[in-house]
Amino acid sequence: MALERLTLEHVPSTHRVYITLFRDVSNSSFLQSQLISRNPEFEYAFIDVSSIISRTHLLAAVYNAINTQIDGTLKTPNVHSEVVISLSPSNNIAETYRRWGITPDKTKDLIVVKIVVSADEEEAETERKVWEHLTQHVQGTPVPLTDGEISKATDWPKVRKYYKLNGVPGLERLKDEDLKKKQMEKLVLMGMALRGM
Amino acid sequence: MTTTNTTTTTQFPPPKVLTYPSSTPPILITQGAEGRLYKTTYLSPSIPCALKYRPPKPYRHPILDARLTKARLSAEAKVLERCWREGIPVPAVYAVDTSAGWMAIEWIDGPPVRAGINEWLGDPPEVEQDGGHQQDKKKENADEDEGEAPMVDLMRRIGLAVGRLHNLAGVVHGDLTTSNMMLRPPLDGGDAAQGKAGKALEGEVVLIDFGLATQSQSDEDRAVDLYVLERAFLSTHPRAERLFGEVLEAYRGSFKKAASVLVKLEDVRMRGRKKSMIG
Ligand SMILES: Nc1ncnc2c1ncn2[C@@H]1O[C@H](COP(=O)(O)OP(=O)(O)O)[C@@H](O)[C@H]1O
Ligand SMILES: [Mg+2]
Repeated sequence: MALERLTLEHVPSTHRVYITLFRDVSNSSFLQSQLISRNPEFEYAFIDVSSIISRTHLLAAVYNAINTQIDGTLKTPNVHSEVVISLSPSNNIAETYRRWGITPDKTKDLIVVKIVVSADEEEAETERKVWEHLTQHVQGTPVPLTDGEISKATDWPKVRKYYKLNGVPGLERLKDEDLKKKQMEKLVLMGMALRGM
Repeated sequence: MTTTNTTTTTQFPPPKVLTYPSSTPPILITQGAEGRLYKTTYLSPSIPCALKYRPPKPYRHPILDARLTKARLSAEAKVLERCWREGIPVPAVYAVDTSAGWMAIEWIDGPPVRAGINEWLGDPPEVEQDGGHQQDKKKENADEDEGEAPMVDLMRRIGLAVGRLHNLAGVVHGDLTTSNMMLRPPLDGGDAAQGKAGKALEGEVVLIDFGLATQSQSDEDRAVDLYVLERAFLSTHPRAERLFGEVLEAYRGSFKKAASVLVKLEDVRMRGRKKSMIG
């Protein structure tokens, strides 16, 4: 099973977070329509992997969304939509869904985040149900959510545009490509942390 | 291993976020006038971070207090991002919660410049430790020419860092002291320098604590920034007084308009002297 139970620092034990990645998804239109119609069975964050650069990038959004939910200051209907919103450096919600969310016919590699709050049932039971539901409805190949798998799908020109990383003096000066990627990740995290400021 | 953190709760209640489970308990590093700084982790046990917390001030009106805290945290975060984009070494911002009054930033390894200089001078460390042979190492006047090269080099790196902050980011720091600068060790661990005399002064100068920083291009504001540093340096490291000139020389060389800032610095010093004569 490729469903991962995530443990994040400083997240209350009432929250169970699950993540997974599906490759070559063929029914993104169906999945998106379930979100649009607010089907309660589809309370997930669906994220297009091409706009994601690393696990840390994704985890930062999950963390910020949970923290916002605990503070009681959600900007969107629930913690799952908040995960998607948390990826953006801007407050333009419609644009954010287009850029980081699932897009009909376009999204091929999909990250799924499921956050279960204050569940009474056994963990194994929650996990089994989530996985069963996902494999039933997502047509794609599940793979472990690793940096390696993410990087196969990252569309860097898009990411650089979304996070305004073009023509940044602090990056232009760097010669080493690995270092540059590391610094870009920090700038991405900062863009998210400073959203709307 | 997960701990629920209850330490220090009686004396200083930690921000709520730090009461949630983490792989290691947060450590209170400093308790200043404006806030507290904890060392903790961000997202995963392998990412250390500094959590800067501004607790509510009971003597201030709660709405005004919340508004001030929000404004200050977001101002500090924005300055850090600005510096980052210019490539000036400062901590990255990981997360900001203005309503809860905290901000999580990149943990900078290495000692504050203040501690590095004191170690090099052979001054006893400020934190209690086994003092032992510290005295033997004391450099009497710190003027054996060759011996002070690492210190001269550090002074130049500081001058350059401040010059770049002023010029590239257009930011004045507002509280430049040797405690608000860190010496980040090189990524490779700097093995080459093992046992070398200047080891304590090695590393990249990383500016921190932008709580009083502002956006400004004015000579006057920049000169005051340098003056604050000069005063702080001379009172913290009186035995290294002679070397402070190196900071200003490196600053002079770091951008075109630096010379006029240094002229302004003369005025600022003058005013400072008059004030201390009256006061
Ligand atoms: N990012 C960081 N990494 C490591 N240590 C830090 C960091 N930020 C602050 N510190 C340590 O905590 C002290 C206090 O933090 P600072 O930001 O200067 O707050 P204050 O406003 O209380 O002076 C610093 O002097 C430094 O020793
Ligand atoms: Mg400080």
